[in-house]
Amino acid sequence: MAPPPPKPAVTRGERHPRAVGRYRLRHWINQAGLYLSVLILVSPSILFFVWMLSLSLKNELDNTAYPPVLIPHPPTLANFVQVFAKNDFLTYTINSVIVSFSATGLALLFGVPAGYGIAKTQATKAAVLILIARVTPGLSYLIPLFLVFQWLGMLGTLYPLIITHLVLTVPIVVWIMIGYFEGLPVALEESALVDGATIWQAFRYVAVPLARPGIMVATILAFIFSWNNFIFGVVLAGRTTRTLPVAVYNVLTFEQISWGPLAAAALVVTAPVLLLTLFMQKEIVAGLTAGGVKA
Amino acid sequence: MSATTTGAPQGPTTSGAPEGPTASGVLLAVRRRRHTYVRRYWVFAVPAALVVAAVIVFPWLFTLVMSVHDWKVSGNVYYVGLTNYAHLLHDDRFLWAVARTLYFTTAAVVLPVLIGIWAAVCFARQFPLRGAARTAFILPMMATPVAIALVWTMMFHPQLGVLNYLLTSVGLPPSSWVYSSTTVIPTLVMVETWQWTPLVMLIVLGGISSLPIDPYEAAEIDGANGWQMFRYITLPLIWPFIVVAAVMRVIDALKAFDTIFVITNGGPGTSSETINMLLYQTAFGYYDLGYASAMVLVFFVLIMLLSLVLLHTRQQELTL
Repeated sequence: MAPPPPKPAVTRGERHPRAVGRYRLRHWINQAGLYLSVLILVSPSILFFVWMLSLSLKNELDNTAYPPVLIPHPPTLANFVQVFAKNDFLTYTINSVIVSFSATGLALLFGVPAGYGIAKTQATKAAVLILIARVTPGLSYLIPLFLVFQWLGMLGTLYPLIITHLVLTVPIVVWIMIGYFEGLPVALEESALVDGATIWQAFRYVAVPLARPGIMVATILAFIFSWNNFIFGVVLAGRTTRTLPVAVYNVLTFEQISWGPLAAAALVVTAPVLLLTLFMQKEIVAGLTAGGVKA
Repeated sequence: MSATTTGAPQGPTTSGAPEGPTASGVLLAVRRRRHTYVRRYWVFAVPAALVVAAVIVFPWLFTLVMSVHDWKVSGNVYYVGLTNYAHLLHDDRFLWAVARTLYFTTAAVVLPVLIGIWAAVCFARQFPLRGAARTAFILPMMATPVAIALVWTMMFHPQLGVLNYLLTSVGLPPSSWVYSSTTVIPTLVMVETWQWTPLVMLIVLGGISSLPIDPYEAAEIDGANGWQMFRYITLPLIWPFIVVAAVMRVIDALKAFDTIFVITNGGPGTSSETINMLLYQTAFGYYDLGYASAMVLVFFVLIMLLSLVLLHTRQQELTL
């Protein structure tokens, strides 16, 4: 696609000067089109997040002003203070952290060995099962699991949330790890086996350290999927066991008019994920395109 | 990769001409041992298999059982055979939800795929600040859906929303966005497109960056222009990636829940009630779990059918 940079005069020497001029003109138009395209493509995202930030830093007067005010005058952190003071966001943050870390940790514990086993035995049927799990709508897990948790009397605790989040995290970890283990050279493991290591030792001390980048990718994606999940929480969480996305939704239903705290709450919820995206973009992109799996 | 022959050099174990007795002996032993390993590697998958059985396979089967029962949360459970399914066929609300879902899905696949290809072609080229631009572009996909849905809701506000301000300031009439039954689905499609075009872009970009450069050099020499190169070289080569991206979009658009739930909750009236919204309402609003389970199964079949049909086109040549 990209036009090659103008070549040295020696190779283009015999060309007519007007042809070179036309080439330059076309190249220039091409570049201008590219910049314009990128600007059009990127601005909806940038403007959205700028506006989100602006809403969260403005006082109520500025937020309901018409025409809308972009730059807070003066900027205030009162909205954030209110979110934590009035809505008990500290509890919900802790809930979210517990649920996402547990669901990610458990998924790694189960999923990394499983990815290894499936890669070694080339059990493609297991991989198909994971794909079907990805296709199934989240609500279809919720209806039966909701009943089971009700029978077990577990509603109102964090366990149902952690368990249902495994629906998201285990398949993504297994999927990414299958791909990663399949791509690893087997020579090192084999020499370990020849030296008398058990297959567990070969896995634990050879394969896992080699697969660390893959585990990193799986961890980040599993964490993000769990952190962002809303549907499981909205059904299974009680008053004190809400995760952040559920809590922020409740801010909407009860305080529809005050935009500042609402935007501040939204920003608090999504900030960890946005920061992860900024700093771990390479891993995230690798995971999403390699697996092509998204919960 | 093959689990039985990689790693060590191909030993002469079958040719019957051993180079050295010890070397081939070890090789044979390793190979024999590895054969048993292949079976034993299953052990690694057992814990995950148990988890998957409990939280994924069990719900599938249980849904199947519930779908042939009149199953209310309050307690009474009656076997009703296929009544729930028969009921679905005559349930206008459900049929409208299916129609709405297909409308939403078509638009929420076509737009992200087209814009995603355009974006991938742009991001495949070199330009200053490309990394930063790409990060900004993929943020909507990573952000917490509930959070962005909330901000969109504020932007859609008919009087105070920033979007109507922007429209009127360039001389366009204000829109009623999600507050009218005719504009609500296009508006939700806009949000979905904004959110998920990045995924299409990433998949297609992966395809473009794996392309060979020889065809382009040849085309350059033959005097092809940029559009011709895209149309006759890039597009056919990245077609499989586009299909994969489209399949993912179909699945995700059919399953769209968070943003619709937060922004409209199916409203106004039922004008944005997709299958997923109705499903939620049936299961956790009316607690009619049997009927909801039947709906889940029909929904699942619909998702599988549509994605398989699309995947089938992957096999076909791109002939336009």
